[in-house]
Amino acid sequence: MSQPRPASVSIDVGAIVARTLAPLRPNLVTRPTGRAVRAAIEERLRGAARAPFVSLIDFTRIRVLDFSCADEIVAKLLVRYMKADRPRDVFFLFRAVGEVHGQSVEQVLRRHGLAAVCDYARDGFRLLGSVSERERTAWQTLEVRRRIGPAGVADALGTRGDTLLRRLAERRLVFREPNGTALALSALSTSHM
Amino acid sequence: MRVIEIPRSFDYRNIEALYRQIDMDRPGPVLFDLRRLRWVDPNGMLGILAAGKVAAEAGSAPRISLPDEPEITSYLDRMGFREAAGEVFEFGAASKWRRRARASDVLLEITPVTRNSDVHQVVDRVQSRAGAILSNTLGYPASAVVQFSVILSEVCQNIIEHAGRPGWVAAQSYNWKQRLGRHVAIISVADIGRGFRASLEDEHASRFGERWGDVTALEAAFLMGLTRFPDTGRGQGIQQIRKQVGRWNGLLSIRSGSARIADTPDWSSKPPLEEGLRPFPGAQINIILPERTE
Repeated sequence: MSQPRPASVSIDVGAIVARTLAPLRPNLVTRPTGRAVRAAIEERLRGAARAPFVSLIDFTRIRVLDFSCADEIVAKLLVRYMKADRPRDVFFLFRAVGEVHGQSVEQVLRRHGLAAVCDYARDGFRLLGSVSERERTAWQTLEVRRRIGPAGVADALGTRGDTLLRRLAERRLVFREPNGTALALSALSTSHM
Repeated sequence: MRVIEIPRSFDYRNIEALYRQIDMDRPGPVLFDLRRLRWVDPNGMLGILAAGKVAAEAGSAPRISLPDEPEITSYLDRMGFREAAGEVFEFGAASKWRRRARASDVLLEITPVTRNSDVHQVVDRVQSRAGAILSNTLGYPASAVVQFSVILSEVCQNIIEHAGRPGWVAAQSYNWKQRLGRHVAIISVADIGRGFRASLEDEHASRFGERWGDVTALEAAFLMGLTRFPDTGRGQGIQQIRKQVGRWNGLLSIRSGSARIADTPDWSSKPPLEEGLRPFPGAQINIILPERTE
């Protein structure tokens, strides 16, 4: 029997900035700004269902994303929602504008030993931050296949495949259904909040 | 009255000539003599402002005599020096300033940095001007304006988070035809706050023991990314600026207390570390981004 898949919600950071911070400033700089944006994102997440879901944090309409803001938004969100006592069961995806944002996101993730899935639009999804080569290979394989059922894990990823998928799921970089089926987060990101 | 002579050509290379003349323990009238000045970069301008502020806080009422050359005075005015200097110096009745409109040839006028909204203002302001200079003059890709803005944002936040006092930022591009055969963009940031040593002291001095001092503090922040905040995410601003400036083959130096540390590219003769300099409060950051040649 198939399990219900996690819902997907998209949060437009540009809209948050326009509505709550500075209508004419598409620039995310300074820590207080980052903290305010993160608080607004968390407010949205509190309104979502308690069941697991994927949240796409969309930076498309943001021009400048400095390291301080990337740290306050991306890294601190991940740290908080990695914990066992997280307020919601959220898996995060980040949509960046090419290397312009990707560089800031990558660096803050590495600083914290974190990793995240990032949507580069036409360039597809990438795994940014601190991951081992094996984790990266497993993630890429799943990203291509979009889902791997329990019977296909060894074929797709080798004998250590199950361990790698479990590790990626613990790091919230893939979603695993209770029956062991692994789903790429990119395959779960569709709707808008 | 003590007279502090500003050299004819005054930039990051001879800024120590100014600091050596500053005596923080000696009150009394001081004149900053800019009459011979013919060339000055943002480091020179902010250095004069910082030194004037130090003199003022030592009990002087610092005065300034403007350059003899009207073009230099006009340039200083376009860079916002008059406005900033008005907060520090007495100009005297016979001031040579002429009110001029802000020119479009300035990358970033001298801007006070006191609070986070100032950082936003700096980033917003530079967006419209930096693009053309970075792309057309320095040959950087179109996306460089964003990375340039990130650098500015992080260096300005360094003032707010670590100096505990206001500071200034300024940027300008120049044609270093004779010196380097290339155009450059220069970013200068200066404050007269507590400096790196005092900022890091409570959190980190004990682990360095007797080695603790201006050099160690600069190395800790510059090379190791240490910060006074226990948060893991802190301290990466300088590290990331170093990486980006390095990608552009640029120079980055930070002077604080009696030392200066730098990432020096092959075109610069500056040493990576200088110590035993004349003590000066706060921190002064210099970034030079050269035109791409390939």
